[in-house]
Amino acid sequence: MDLLAVTAFGIVYGVATLVLLALGLAVIFGMMGVINLAQAEFLMLGAYTVLLASSHGASVWVGIALAPIVVGLVGIVIERTIIQFLYGRMLDTMLATWGLSLALVGIVTLLFGPTTEGIATPLGYMAIGRYSIAHYQLFVVAVALGSLALTWGLFNRTRFGLVARATMQNAGMVAGLGVNPSRIYMGTFAFGSALAGLGGAVMAPLTGVVPTFGLAFIAKIFITVIVGGPVILLGTTTAGGVLGLVESAVSYASTPIYGQVAMLVFAIVLLRLLPQGLSGFWRRGV
Amino acid sequence: MDMTRRDVLRSLCVAMGTTAGVALGSRRASAQADIPVGSLLDGTGPINIYGRPMIDSTRFAVDDVNASGGVLGKKLRLVQIDAQSDNQLYAQYATKLLVEDKVAILMGGITSASREAVRPVVDKYKQVYFYNEQYEGGVCDKLVFCTGVTPAQQLGTLIPWAAKEYGKKFYTLAADYNYGHISADWVKVFLQKAGGTLLNQEFIPLDVVNFDSVIKRIEGAKPDVVMSLLVGGNHIAFYRQFAATGLKGKIPIVSATFGLGNEQVVLAPEEAEGLVVIYPYFQELENATNKEWVQRWRKRFGNDYAYITDSACTVWNGWHLWAMAVNKAGSLERDAVIKALESGLTFKSPEGEVKLDPASHHVVHTVHLAKVNKTRGFSIIKTFPNVPPTDTMQVCDLIKNPNQATQYTPKF
Repeated sequence: MDLLAVTAFGIVYGVATLVLLALGLAVIFGMMGVINLAQAEFLMLGAYTVLLASSHGASVWVGIALAPIVVGLVGIVIERTIIQFLYGRMLDTMLATWGLSLALVGIVTLLFGPTTEGIATPLGYMAIGRYSIAHYQLFVVAVALGSLALTWGLFNRTRFGLVARATMQNAGMVAGLGVNPSRIYMGTFAFGSALAGLGGAVMAPLTGVVPTFGLAFIAKIFITVIVGGPVILLGTTTAGGVLGLVESAVSYASTPIYGQVAMLVFAIVLLRLLPQGLSGFWRRGV
Repeated sequence: MDMTRRDVLRSLCVAMGTTAGVALGSRRASAQADIPVGSLLDGTGPINIYGRPMIDSTRFAVDDVNASGGVLGKKLRLVQIDAQSDNQLYAQYATKLLVEDKVAILMGGITSASREAVRPVVDKYKQVYFYNEQYEGGVCDKLVFCTGVTPAQQLGTLIPWAAKEYGKKFYTLAADYNYGHISADWVKVFLQKAGGTLLNQEFIPLDVVNFDSVIKRIEGAKPDVVMSLLVGGNHIAFYRQFAATGLKGKIPIVSATFGLGNEQVVLAPEEAEGLVVIYPYFQELENATNKEWVQRWRKRFGNDYAYITDSACTVWNGWHLWAMAVNKAGSLERDAVIKALESGLTFKSPEGEVKLDPASHHVVHTVHLAKVNKTRGFSIIKTFPNVPPTDTMQVCDLIKNPNQATQYTPKF
């Protein structure tokens, strides 16, 4: 019974981390169509924000709250200086963001060195029968749900969200109606960056914070967003749910190697059967 | 400006020709003045947590050799290449160093996978190669010298100690590549000798950061000791999540890899304190050579240097053993240098005196058991003097049987 409970929670937790980390990319890649190969470094910058905040005496929570703001601002700078000139030029974007990714890793390594002092996982743990669960894992699940709700609300319940969705569909028409699409692109990119920053920040107290922090996640989150398909929010959540379920369930039953293999095989089969992604045949929306 | 395309091309060709000429000329001139030596380590990419102290140590060691007169009266010129944590680049750059730069010695490689990428290249171009890093043992190759500590020296002392101290039920976690697999086999060998039982062993890919399922299985199995052979920045997450679920303090962890990547610096003291490791070198060693070495290191690389790792000391040993051998041979000629290296060299290292075993091309180390302390360093708890690398010595005799280029693995 206790094993069943912790396994079930482990699966929920696996899904939550995947969705949380993939959400920023879902906005930037899924919605805007920008293949941002520096997304891993946005996660890393979020993690470093927490690290810097805590090494300057602030609490981990302050760091986690600051991370989306900091990375969002970084996103604005990057969008204005690089991305805005490359919309619609997929290969050029990939090249530029790949360079950006290498540069960010290099800069952070130069500034802070290849190893840095990390942050211990805050909060305690609770026992479930013979097993135990860290309270922080509950927090991760809560943050994932919160960011999902926030993103959904922003794109479906606000004027900015409406205009943003319209801009992605037909920027010319939006411009004709008197809205500057360039601003909207910037805002959406910043929001995607901020979400990535939050994801990285939340993961920081669970893993080691090193300049190559994001590399461990990047393949998985790209797969999640691609499998998710065109309906970005629900698609990404469903994909995160399905892939996370497969990976966690197989990891629990055997080892993490088979978990990863199973997830990749599942993703390939899924994309073969549904080339548009899981949400390819759904009604369009966010 | 009336410049045709042809003009531009012509001037470009002239310019390139001149630069090439200058470059060639300078290379020829310097080749007479100094001896090129090659180092191939990871300064960037995920393995750079190990590589950075090793690169610093390489520069320091070459300068130290030069400061004390160089070899054969000439200065060493270090050609240092960053392999970027990419095993393909290892083979490519090793070829470049041997063929293009014509280095007198090649040192480098961090993961066992990178060493196995370099070894065929040195065997092909027949040059001496030093692998200066803790590893799984067994490499038996006339051209290759492995100066790092091996399982017989680490696991062979750590496992009997842990079985006596904590209990006989072990649970092994190992990185999923050749190092982890062969070392996990060594754990079985030494555990059997110590009368212990292995409850389970798991191999973890290097990019895994979520250890939730692993930790739950450990909780279910209730081992007396967790044996960690985890590697790299991502695996640091294991120790953190292990502590976060409250298992630290309930189940002790012992490791043959923890600390080489400065894990004790990345983790908070409350997460890592008490973890037991075993190495020949610790920054805290109380001998005079080490005290002076640490002081000189700090002077050169700054007082805030995180921690001088065991790998850094191994690199230092490697360069000095080679320089001693060349001076002893009186020549850079390959076979003469190998003969000198096989003459039973000893070197006064910061870790204490080390001895290069002639037959196996491995090093006899004094190893120390240590616990992670509250100040992100280690406290030494027990010392085992002059432990031989029996894993390799028992199977590998390069004096009697020199035509070998193989790696022995444990047999059951």
